[in-house]
Amino acid sequence: MNIYPQAAQPGPGQVANLRELAGVVRRQSLRMVHRARVGHPGGDLSAADILIALYFGALRIDPRQPNDPGRDRFIMSKGHCSGSLYATLALKGFFPWEELAQYMQPLARLNGHPNRTELPGVEANTGALGHGFPVGVGAALAAKMDGASWRTFVLTGDGELQEGSNWEAAMAAAQYGLDNLTVVVDRNGLQQGAPTETTVRLEPLADKFQAFGWAVREVDGHDYDALLDTLHALPFEPGRPSCVIAHTTKGKGVSFIENRAEWHHHVPTDAELEAALRELGEESHA
Amino acid sequence: MLERFDCRVAFARTLESLAREDARIVAVVSDSVGSAGLSQFSKLFPRRMVNVGIAEQDMVGIGAGLANGGKIPFVCAASCFLTARALEQIKVDVAYSRANVKLCGMAAGLAYGQLGPTHHSIEDLAWLRAIANLTIIVPADPGETAQAVRAAAAIEGPVFLRVSRTPVPEVHPAGYRFRIGAASVLQPGGDVTLIANGTMVCRALEAAALLAQEGVSARVVNLATLHPLDRAVIQDAAESTAGIVTVEEHSTRGGLGGAVAEVVAASCPVPMRILGIPTFAPTGSAEWLFEYFGLTPKGICGAALELLEAKVRS
Repeated sequence: MNIYPQAAQPGPGQVANLRELAGVVRRQSLRMVHRARVGHPGGDLSAADILIALYFGALRIDPRQPNDPGRDRFIMSKGHCSGSLYATLALKGFFPWEELAQYMQPLARLNGHPNRTELPGVEANTGALGHGFPVGVGAALAAKMDGASWRTFVLTGDGELQEGSNWEAAMAAAQYGLDNLTVVVDRNGLQQGAPTETTVRLEPLADKFQAFGWAVREVDGHDYDALLDTLHALPFEPGRPSCVIAHTTKGKGVSFIENRAEWHHHVPTDAELEAALRELGEESHA
Repeated sequence: MLERFDCRVAFARTLESLAREDARIVAVVSDSVGSAGLSQFSKLFPRRMVNVGIAEQDMVGIGAGLANGGKIPFVCAASCFLTARALEQIKVDVAYSRANVKLCGMAAGLAYGQLGPTHHSIEDLAWLRAIANLTIIVPADPGETAQAVRAAAAIEGPVFLRVSRTPVPEVHPAGYRFRIGAASVLQPGGDVTLIANGTMVCRALEAAALLAQEGVSARVVNLATLHPLDRAVIQDAAESTAGIVTVEEHSTRGGLGGAVAEVVAASCPVPMRILGIPTFAPTGSAEWLFEYFGLTPKGICGAALELLEAKVRS
């Protein structure tokens, strides 16, 4: 059964509902990683609130018409966080909730990284980093050429911004005045094995985007009021692409996963899963 | 000597016609309006010419995004930079995603001559041939180039079109109809088969004339589509002639010769000679380099005669 099939665009009063949905996504993505014995739980938990805010609070999409030419495009550039993406897509109604049990099983549509040719709701094949941003620029450009009102959103990781292709895309987006494009950065501060700032630093990140010609806002990536206010204020400036730096906690919601680089692709044991689900409020949604 | 043409002209004129007929057609370039021959397109359709600057990865990703937004992007740049710099974007954003993007590798092979191996694109076919979902076309003359552009636009899905700027004559008879995946037998022959693509097809035809003077009947095949491959024509050549000489403006490893050898080895092993470019080229014009690497009618003829002699001796 689809637990939350067609949530309407929520107003501020529905924030509690969004938190509940994010809880469902967090628990489900951990179960999926646990069952598949592979995955990226740290990033799944970090991105969950952003995904829910986008899918249930911003994106103009109809899962019954996943190829509607007028739909908003969402591109998950950090494709390794497929666990939370798939759970969100299933919640939204793009495919049956039960199919999540097939995550990374042989021949499943739910590959470790999203594949648009198999799974409805996926706009671009990602997994190799630094790919979603340029694709998003192209989609936004297509809408501009047609004078169409649909918008393009890209979610990137922060470590991923070390890929030069993103900055090529950032320059082009500003050049073409793509105010129908929003890039959300999941700024959890950690990459695969270490903090971004001790690997190759990104700060001052907001200044970088501004210098590239973008309108930038920073927001708490786990605060729904702030996330929704920000997403409803788009575009931040006419004629400029918008960047949302969403400050997040990698592993958000589970004490022993939070801010631990080793959980980037660690698989929880049975006991760890149980403990994590408890922390994420399992009893109310078992 | 037959009149020779730069295939980029046929490419550009056809793209302009297509753009008039279909509003979805757009061009994407990386500061490569001129090298793609698209100055006129740019004037005719300024809003449908996307110049991303010197940024090939971005160019290919943007192409995939435009396709997602319903456009039919022709992504045009010097083949060396398009294929090498943006190889992962070609694999992931275009081929794996089955994006409706038409990649146009301009001035491939040794066309840039003296500018050297940084600008030569002699690995592109080997790289791209290993990627699934990607139709690969290497037209031999202006007429075939024009038809290939239309065929690429007409099919839904990723295509790589390798467009030469080395002048070539028309090698096909009037009325020739190009079809994706179908090789064309330009000349029948029963002793040996010459299989070529792109700029080397006219040279293979001239080699066949030299071979005829030696009393050798050479079949000449233009294998314009490298993927999907016309296996039947290759297999027939292996079964009905003594051996196969392949000729390409490309590395001797992994391109046309490799593709033909894979079919021959699995279906009907016969001797082959794979002519191409075995190493980074020294300094020299494209024409000089063709001579240097034996990619000439005489060189092709010599390879065919050597193959036949070796076969007789064995």
